[in-house]
Amino acid sequence: MADPMRIRAQAAGDKTTVRVLMAHEMESGQRKDAAGKAIPAWYINEVSAALNGKVVLTAEWGPSVSKNPFLQFVIKGAKAGDKVQVSWTDNKGEKRSDEATVS
Amino acid sequence: MIEMNRRELMATSAKVASLMLATGMFGEFAHAAGEAAGKGAFEAKSLADLVKALGYGAPTESKDVSITAPDIAENGAVVPLGAATTAAGVKQIMLLVEKNPSVLAALFNVSPDVETSFSTRVKMGQSSNVYAVAVTNDNKVLYALKEVKVTLGGCGG
Repeated sequence: MADPMRIRAQAAGDKTTVRVLMAHEMESGQRKDAAGKAIPAWYINEVSAALNGKVVLTAEWGPSVSKNPFLQFVIKGAKAGDKVQVSWTDNKGEKRSDEATVS
Repeated sequence: MIEMNRRELMATSAKVASLMLATGMFGEFAHAAGEAAGKGAFEAKSLADLVKALGYGAPTESKDVSITAPDIAENGAVVPLGAATTAAGVKQIMLLVEKNPSVLAALFNVSPDVETSFSTRVKMGQSSNVYAVAVTNDNKVLYALKEVKVTLGGCGG
């Protein structure tokens, strides 16, 4: 199981800014190891975010997103106490889902 | 609209998954499960290729789309990029790096519950133009671009 994500969701008025830091190698598949062999690609390719269980955002990523990806987005209409869930799937099929409370 | 897309996505994913199970290639091709990825979006080498792969109209530059990027990135492995738009009826926002092996870095499917504004960080192999692209519900493609100079590449090595 991969390391947990760090999620912060801060409400300001009727808008909630969500910042997510995921722990992932995001290997691009372009690099070579010391022996000159290509390192296989390993990256998060699907991300989704939900507010109180309702999906509000889905994303597809390529290998060019940075290692330990950062993502910021804004949810409309969320208020303090609401739950924001973020989950990802990588190209090896590994999954991770974490939750934060809007503050 | 979103619900529709989701349903399509689920249906396609399920089909693809069962196909892969049948052929025993689940791990190998699991990365092609996404809707855009299934259309070859991540194999596109240019913005024109990309919109063609996704079946959208010709891209036009627009003031309604804005891109946030540094003028000079010291470390190409971590370049903060932001895309935002004020255009109405946007269904997708994409971030592109022109000279990367795959131009498409990230694609966001927007729902009415989120603002059409995203920030993330990408890797850049060399100095290049970066694009913020917004796709509207009637498949119009609007974009904004900016040149980012990279002093230390983030791909390869």
